[in-house]
Amino acid sequence: MSAAPPEIRVNTEMAAPQQAGSGDPAAKSAEPSEVRKYLLSRGNSAFGDRAFHVLMVLCSLTIFGIVALIVWQLVLRSQMSWHAFGLKFFFQRFTDPDTHRSSFWDPIGQQFSALPFIFGTLVSSFLALLLAVPLAVGTAVFLTEMCPKILRGPLAFLTELLAAIPSVIYGLWAVFILIPQLREHVNPFLISKFGWSGLFDDTNPTGLGFVASGIILAIMILPIISSLTREVMTAVPHSQREAVLALGATRWEMIRMGVLRNARIGIVGAVILGLGRALGETMAVTMVIGNSAEIHKSLLSNGASMASVIANEFAEAVGDMHLSALIEIGLALFLVTIVVNALARVLVWAVTGGAPRQAH
Amino acid sequence: MGVGIEVQNLNAWYGSNHTLQDICLNISANQATALIGPSGCGKSTFVRCINRMHETNPIARVTGTVRIGDVDIYKDAKPVEIRRRVGMVFQRPNPFPTMSIYDNVAAGLKLNGYSNRRALDEIVEKSLRNSALWDEVKDDLRKKSGASLSGGQQQRLCIARALAVDPEVLLMDEPASALDPVSTSKIEDLIFQLKAQYTIVIVTHNMQQAARVAEQTGFFLNGRMVEFDTTHKIFTNPSDKRTEDYITGRFG
Repeated sequence: MSAAPPEIRVNTEMAAPQQAGSGDPAAKSAEPSEVRKYLLSRGNSAFGDRAFHVLMVLCSLTIFGIVALIVWQLVLRSQMSWHAFGLKFFFQRFTDPDTHRSSFWDPIGQQFSALPFIFGTLVSSFLALLLAVPLAVGTAVFLTEMCPKILRGPLAFLTELLAAIPSVIYGLWAVFILIPQLREHVNPFLISKFGWSGLFDDTNPTGLGFVASGIILAIMILPIISSLTREVMTAVPHSQREAVLALGATRWEMIRMGVLRNARIGIVGAVILGLGRALGETMAVTMVIGNSAEIHKSLLSNGASMASVIANEFAEAVGDMHLSALIEIGLALFLVTIVVNALARVLVWAVTGGAPRQAH
Repeated sequence: MGVGIEVQNLNAWYGSNHTLQDICLNISANQATALIGPSGCGKSTFVRCINRMHETNPIARVTGTVRIGDVDIYKDAKPVEIRRRVGMVFQRPNPFPTMSIYDNVAAGLKLNGYSNRRALDEIVEKSLRNSALWDEVKDDLRKKSGASLSGGQQQRLCIARALAVDPEVLLMDEPASALDPVSTSKIEDLIFQLKAQYTIVIVTHNMQQAARVAEQTGFFLNGRMVEFDTTHKIFTNPSDKRTEDYITGRFG
């Protein structure tokens, strides 16, 4: 009942200007208000807008320009090695004509193959993933699901602080602390317990090698995997956790079914992003991997990665072919890391912000 | 078969907020009981106390006695055991988006290690039939994900998921408030059929809904239960002035 009177009032108000309202609008148009005058004096701002647009386009083009320039230079300067070895550059092994020993990388004999470095990069990176993924996911589960609220912030901050340490510091720490420990305790243990597998043999007494670089890389990629995993786990709606709990799940079952299962694509993305970082990591790996262009089955043997051989030999390259081969390795590393990173970003994005999800 | 619920002096807090104060009521077995009241009056908190979901929030606290059948759920049982006996359907449909329709329904059983395939198939079909979803999804049980269904279908899928563990009590926290009228009426029909087998407690903002599906109705206001009686009495002749004001639309 109370709704009727206002309706009538609205009608009269709408009718009023048509009947006798000619006085009011006329008065308004004769004397525009201060605000109106100010706004009219502003013009259409078209020039400023255009200039801003151009400026922003230039800024974004700079980034693409830099990437394109890098690719162009890498391609240009690796031409010599590309023409000499072709695709075989990535998997050949040759025999030294004098010593009859097979080798991969002979700057004096002008024979180059990227195979041992690709092998070294892959082995050390996957070793790093093997060690880092369980730790990182465990950390993320603890921080999002179990940690008391007051500790959550500080602990997350500490994990992410690991990412801020310069890689040369990791390298130094490894050389002075980790390597001696490996040499004295860990490696002998691995050899005595798992020597039968052939993955751990005692031909290398230095402590340097794939295991050392895998451990260092694991520590270095831990923060990025764990913080991204935390992010995708936080993005899982609370209602999913409640749904599982209401079915009579324990806390672990709730985490497995309600959280990890929903976040798994994002976690895979986080892992691949960590892999991308491990593939390209240079300084710390160069300091601990041993730097020899060989392929051995043993994880305790010395090796070299794509990044480490460039860092080691670029400044002292003997001849153009050597330089060109190193640049070709750089080009390959560049392409692989770009692809791996792009893939990872897409996966993380699909979980945290991209694809619309039905459940809340 | 459903069992009765006996609540005595139930108090609940969120932090310092005393959201439920001295609630006492008896919910009969194999009936639907509706809880009505304005937003924030404690109805949802109340049902979440019946399956011990309230305490999953770290700042929440509960005191008092809730008996389901002859088990004092806060004394004699762990939350996990209670939640296996008391199913819950939430306000917003929350199927598991990464699972197929079949796996959604079977989730509660698989969680508890139930792996007899043939029995699972039967239970999934029975639960989907009971939630009136079978005919719509029987051809895509394993092909489609739970999230690919419409909102109303998702809610019925969630009901099927709750029914699959054969609960004694089914709690429904505004199960139709996010749904369109057609889906709502399907859910209401469902509640009508399900109460033959389960004890149902339904929270609702929709008073017509309470009147349609429930034998008994409780009116909550500011964390207290103002009145609890047969639905007929509450809607035709409430004894408390506040109940009358609420159901006639004078506030809330």
